[in-house]
Amino acid sequence: MDMIAEKFDAIVIGAGMSGNAAAYTMASHGLKVLQFERGEYPGSKNVQGAIMYANMLEKIIPDFRDDAPLERHLVEQRLWVMDDTSHTGMHYRSEDFNEAKPNRYTIIRAQFDKWFSRKVRAAGATVLCETTVTELVRDAKDKVVGVRTDRAGGAIFADVVILAEGVSGLLGTRAGLREMPKPQSVALAVKEMHFLPEDVIEQRFGLKGGEGCVIEAVGTISRGMAGLGFLYTNKESISLGIGCLVSDFGATMQSPYALLDALKDHPSIRPLIAGSEVKEYAAHLIPEGGYKAIPQLFGDGWVVVGDAAQLNNAVHREGSNLAMTSGRIAAEAIVQVKRRNGPMTKQNLVLYKTMLNKSFVVKDLKKYKDMPALLHTNSRNFFTTYPQLMSQAAQNFMRVDGTPKIEKEKATAAAMIKARSRWGLVSDAVRLALAWR
Amino acid sequence: MTVAVTLRVEEKLYQNRYLVDSGRPHIKVRPHARPSANLLGLTRVCPAQCYELNDQGQVEITADGCMECGTCRVLCEASGEIEWNYPRGGFGILFKFG
Ligand SMILES: Cc1cc2nc3c(=O)[nH]c(=O)nc-3n(C[C@H](O)[C@H](O)[C@H](O)COP(=O)(O)OP(=O)(O)OC[C@H]3O[C@@H](n4cnc5c(N)ncnc54)[C@H](O)[C@@H]3O)c2cc1C
Ligand code: SF4
Repeated sequence: MDMIAEKFDAIVIGAGMSGNAAAYTMASHGLKVLQFERGEYPGSKNVQGAIMYANMLEKIIPDFRDDAPLERHLVEQRLWVMDDTSHTGMHYRSEDFNEAKPNRYTIIRAQFDKWFSRKVRAAGATVLCETTVTELVRDAKDKVVGVRTDRAGGAIFADVVILAEGVSGLLGTRAGLREMPKPQSVALAVKEMHFLPEDVIEQRFGLKGGEGCVIEAVGTISRGMAGLGFLYTNKESISLGIGCLVSDFGATMQSPYALLDALKDHPSIRPLIAGSEVKEYAAHLIPEGGYKAIPQLFGDGWVVVGDAAQLNNAVHREGSNLAMTSGRIAAEAIVQVKRRNGPMTKQNLVLYKTMLNKSFVVKDLKKYKDMPALLHTNSRNFFTTYPQLMSQAAQNFMRVDGTPKIEKEKATAAAMIKARSRWGLVSDAVRLALAWR
Repeated sequence: MTVAVTLRVEEKLYQNRYLVDSGRPHIKVRPHARPSANLLGLTRVCPAQCYELNDQGQVEITADGCMECGTCRVLCEASGEIEWNYPRGGFGILFKFG
């Protein structure tokens, strides 16, 4: 590589959501940026549901709607609580979501990341794919000054290194910048891409003209583990998947693909994907630890952004937007330090953390700081017992069989107390409310 | 039952695109007499079923179908039972959709 001799303003490790946001923002401000991606092309290693939140991308590329590969804009969200044969649902659909600049879109990550990367190159950054960064290079004072890769050639130097390496964060953990994610703070998600003709998808979900619908579901589908199933409509495909905490997988020794196949076979899901052609099976981790799992975010010569920094809102299923926002904010902080000719020291890079604290990223994660622990310790109740009770209650309510209504209500209440005790019900409700507050 | 599951995951992996770095597996299992509970768990928890029990009751890995999710690393790297690295740049799983 003939660029080894060159020194860069910034090196970005990873061309996912956070790395692309950072590289684009810095390059647009005239910084000399080098970005590494280990995949054959940007997106080839990345997995998402995927819902993309327009507002956070607009702040980076305001006119993204002109050419970004967007699948459908969402007009309907279904939240389901499932037991083995039923689902109880809350559906929200609104014509208001058919607006000039829709708020949420489904995307396909491999295509989206390629598009984003083209923008990064057009902004002036150098992007090197098929290159795994293997090591951070430090100077005598322990400041990060560059990287080594698995390509021939020596170290490559820059004033600052942005670690946008995703949830596994191999480099940062091996360099001792942060700990490896704990089994109870990451979920393993598996998903499949089911292809169907556009009009079939629109008929099945009652959609027209680019409208989209998503389903998110909890219940016995996760077999007692803390987990979530999802079904997202794309233009000509459906993403279907399920994710559960790695600690729960480890403890129960369940197979993720068996869970996925059972979900596909659930009577509420089966007709939605009937006749589809499956073209890919993917697996990926999702950070679930929330606020308490956020590691040290900056140091001498480095910052960490996105999933590598565990910035993921598990309650609202948001990750890519926190990744894009943290990447953008880190880049803006670096641009500010650079403008005043400041060195990229820990002391100066604290600006990134200060700016991030003021954004929705940290504020939202703080709001739900107690939620991960609650769902983790109570997973059997929240993911199996309550869904079953809910189904029983709904069926009791709807079945007309000559039983007086008052007796039906009593039976429902008794079933709840029997399953979880009066005190258990109250304390779960209180703890849930507190964690939500 | 096990046979049926094996068939299913192989069918799934068959849809995927890989560039296997022959002769350079990116994950290795430390030689052992008896696997720990976590290591044994990988034979079921790995979404690509890369881990399998051999006739001697030891866990072996064939990483060709690995999707690089990192689950086995989170469960078994700290104890030293497995050694986990990314494949060389450009190799490994290549998601068409993701
Ligand atoms: C199944 C699933 C569903 C999801 N659904 C949603 C959703 O609907 N909405 C949402 O907002 N979020 C969702 N998320 C979360 C979202 O995908 C992540 O938050 C987001 O991708 C994080 O972006 P990132 O840039 O931090 O990491 P990534 O997108 O993972 O990017 C990291 C990049 O770094 C590269 N890399 C890593 N190490 C190296 C190295 N050493 N050298 C070179 N390159 C390297 C990788 O190849 C990769 O391209 C979902 C996640 C999953 C798994
Ligand atoms: S990284 Fe994931 S797919 Fe690969 S061997 Fe480990 S658990 Fe299996």
